[in-house]
Amino acid sequence: MSYNIAIFIAVFVAAMALFSWSCFQRFRLVTLGKAENRFNDVGKRTWNMLFFAFGQRRVVSRRFGLNHFMLFWCFLILMIANTEFLLNGLFPDYISLSRLPDGAYYTLAFIFDVVSALALLAVCIAIIRRVAFPPPNIEARSRDAFIILTLIAILMIAFFGLHASEIAQGIEEAAQYMPISNFAASAFMSGASADSLSWLANFFWWLHAVVLLLFLNYLPYSKHMHILTAIPNCFFKSLEKVNTQPREEFTKGSTFGVGQVDQFGWKGLFDSYSCTECGRCSDNCPTTFTGKPLNPRLIIHDIKVNLLKNGPLLAKKKEAVLPLIGNSEEGTVSEEAIWECTTCGACMEVCPVFIEHVPRIVDMRRNLVEMKAKFPQELLNFFENIEARSNPWGIAPEKRIAWAAETSVKPFEADKTEYLFFVGCAGAFDARNRRVTLAVSKILDAAGISWGILGKDEMCCGDSLRRLGNEFVFDRMAKENIKMFEDRGIKKIITLCPHCYSTLKNDYRQYGVELEVTHHTELIGKLIEHGGLELNGSGDLGNMVLHDSCYLGRYNMIYEPQRKAIAAVTGQLPTEMEHHHAGSFCCGAGGGRMWMEESIGKRIHLARTEEALKQDPKTICTCCPYCMTMFEDGLKDKNVEDRVQVLDLAEVVAGALK
Amino acid sequence: MLVITCIKQVPDTTQVKTDPVTGTLIREGVPFIVNPFDTPALEESLRLKDKYGFRVAVISMGPPNTEVSLKKALALGADEAVLLSDRAFGGADTLATSKVLAEAIGRLSQKEEVAVVICGRQSIDGDTAQVGPGIATRLGYSQLTLVDQIQNLDLSAKKVRVRRKLEGRHEIVEAPLPALITVVREINQPRYPTVPMRLMAEDAEVILWDNKVMDLAKESIGLKGSATQVRKIFSPERAKGEILGDGLNAPEDAAKLLIDNLVEKDILSLEQT
Repeated sequence: MSYNIAIFIAVFVAAMALFSWSCFQRFRLVTLGKAENRFNDVGKRTWNMLFFAFGQRRVVSRRFGLNHFMLFWCFLILMIANTEFLLNGLFPDYISLSRLPDGAYYTLAFIFDVVSALALLAVCIAIIRRVAFPPPNIEARSRDAFIILTLIAILMIAFFGLHASEIAQGIEEAAQYMPISNFAASAFMSGASADSLSWLANFFWWLHAVVLLLFLNYLPYSKHMHILTAIPNCFFKSLEKVNTQPREEFTKGSTFGVGQVDQFGWKGLFDSYSCTECGRCSDNCPTTFTGKPLNPRLIIHDIKVNLLKNGPLLAKKKEAVLPLIGNSEEGTVSEEAIWECTTCGACMEVCPVFIEHVPRIVDMRRNLVEMKAKFPQELLNFFENIEARSNPWGIAPEKRIAWAAETSVKPFEADKTEYLFFVGCAGAFDARNRRVTLAVSKILDAAGISWGILGKDEMCCGDSLRRLGNEFVFDRMAKENIKMFEDRGIKKIITLCPHCYSTLKNDYRQYGVELEVTHHTELIGKLIEHGGLELNGSGDLGNMVLHDSCYLGRYNMIYEPQRKAIAAVTGQLPTEMEHHHAGSFCCGAGGGRMWMEESIGKRIHLARTEEALKQDPKTICTCCPYCMTMFEDGLKDKNVEDRVQVLDLAEVVAGALK
Repeated sequence: MLVITCIKQVPDTTQVKTDPVTGTLIREGVPFIVNPFDTPALEESLRLKDKYGFRVAVISMGPPNTEVSLKKALALGADEAVLLSDRAFGGADTLATSKVLAEAIGRLSQKEEVAVVICGRQSIDGDTAQVGPGIATRLGYSQLTLVDQIQNLDLSAKKVRVRRKLEGRHEIVEAPLPALITVVREINQPRYPTVPMRLMAEDAEVILWDNKVMDLAKESIGLKGSATQVRKIFSPERAKGEILGDGLNAPEDAAKLLIDNLVEKDILSLEQT
């Protein structure tokens, strides 16, 4: 080899200095974020990292994910080759693979040769895919993507060029173990003069060196920053339910929520560096799908742009110049986008690197509600009703008991009653959902369960408040509810609404209370499994489709009890819609959207109803009062309410009781 | 310049029941709220504050727990809250209430010039709509009731122009300052308190003026100063209606049955007019 070591050392030092400086500049900005502990339970975190980052669990679940998997692993293996390449360039007399024992050297040479070919293949597939049949999200054809793919391709070609010319020169000991390089040598370089081979080797060596260092320096300035951050991001993944975000301390002089980029937790900022703009989140977002201004990918992108713009100023204690929330220019999140989110979690469910979109949206909602009292007008009534009468409609609390007029219901009594049946606002006040409440009570009685209610003393769980960012009032209500549970000796709770369920079970845990919370779906599932219910097995409910509620499914992973229960009652499993299980499509009512107008784009409940109707059902089965309302509305909108019915799982089962 | 809003803490009427025997309101365990007609009055004062930089004072006459409602007003942005509370004020009708409120406004106006006093049109528990006008009369302020828009406030000419919402029409009225305005709920959409303001209000001071401070003659306040007394509160009995048909008629038949009966009872006429 005839390269000039002195020149290379200079290039190498300059490139590494620039790379370190770039990384320092970027990662320094992450430290502007608020403290949060993402280093607890290292064992579990390490497992997450191995499974999701190195195992690429979520990446491979999609078409072409396998291609990324291949490229990722090629990349890891070639990192050894490239490190050796650089070190060998710096210390040619001391560091070289050829100094290894022959067996090890030949093996590595073989692996690197084959893996380089696989990497080149993966890059070609990626380019062809982007050009010929791009995924629906337009970002697949970004300049960024083509630059990086081209750099990798050149790197591989340079690798083969270098080794082929060395083989042709007869100076590569491992030639016979490098099938592709060997082939290239015989195909392209046989008959070349020694001089030109030497020139070629020199050329490819420098090409390889320069492109490698260029690639490294390009990373921090592109979406390919994820090459550096995705693996740690999987390590830092939330160990809590993702929608259970940290509480706020209400002390004077603090700011609440996030109105400026440095008010996010540091992980929120790190997330923005980890986004590869693959677009899976927006592909699965019900609001993006129905033409609304919210696109979860862009929220993360805007946070990144905002951080890069304001971060250096904020680090110097200067004023931010680009607002985080405002008119939607790049780097600013629009208020419409913030309020459109149903917190359904579909975005987070598919993100390969566990970016937390929903908590960031709620962070910003908190700021709008708590610092600026700025929110869609229709929420004012909702907030005031909840505060004054602890239910969304502002109905008198004593009416909570009205559903039980036709049945006998006992109040919960400490030491006498085992389960509190937490009816929830919808189950108590909404005419349609009251029938579900009756069905649940019938099942509880049929199973001989000891249960009671709080009646007029029951209060709202605060789910919508929390998702809407009204953490101050949620905090107060959670404390009041927990105090009541403690005062009355309540430890086991059965809920009818997945929102109550998730809030009491997951969110209230942040207040140091461990409640045994069961959703009626789980209970029914258990009862049927253990023969606790006598069913007559009939029930002519026709073709039944099942809708997975977000707060039952994605957030609490309850998918099977409802399916087994339906199979037990109707004799067959429910028909699945296009979107089901963890990939379910929101009804449109979560995240407080139940209480808001939906004026932009297609209405989400209509999109979901149409999806259900494609299966030509006679019955749509839900397990959530919000979903119930949305489907009932959807069926009316489609004028099919006389031939399709919506039933809660409890009604399906109660109707089949002997 | 000062804008004053009078508010009343009332029982949450959706949760109030009357004792079937005594006919009185059962107040026990009933939560209190700010009279819903008064929140737009406060909001309008706060909007004047935002626009002209006035200070906003909120006053209320009531039992000590009225402090809760006054703190809510502070959380929304009022600068000062005065609670008029004394056993001697109790049992007051609109005459005696307006006396105490007018005296309190008078005291406030000695320290700072009052531009306008804004009240809700009426309370949801008493429903008289007399306290606002009573205050205006006692203080000799211009009296502008049922306002749904404050159109112009000219401080140099000392005039205010408002739009009154009357049945089927609007009336635009101009009057000299100071003026007492009672507002209808349609005038605005009240704001929601921010958390920093709520936290500030939690330990903000509510000024208490009892009768030692106010020093009003006992005959003019409370039960003694009241010209009216409540004899009885009762829910009027409603004559039972009549069920027509068997409830199973087809919609067309049911409609015909209903119309025939309404015509027969002379409630509806089928003759063309």
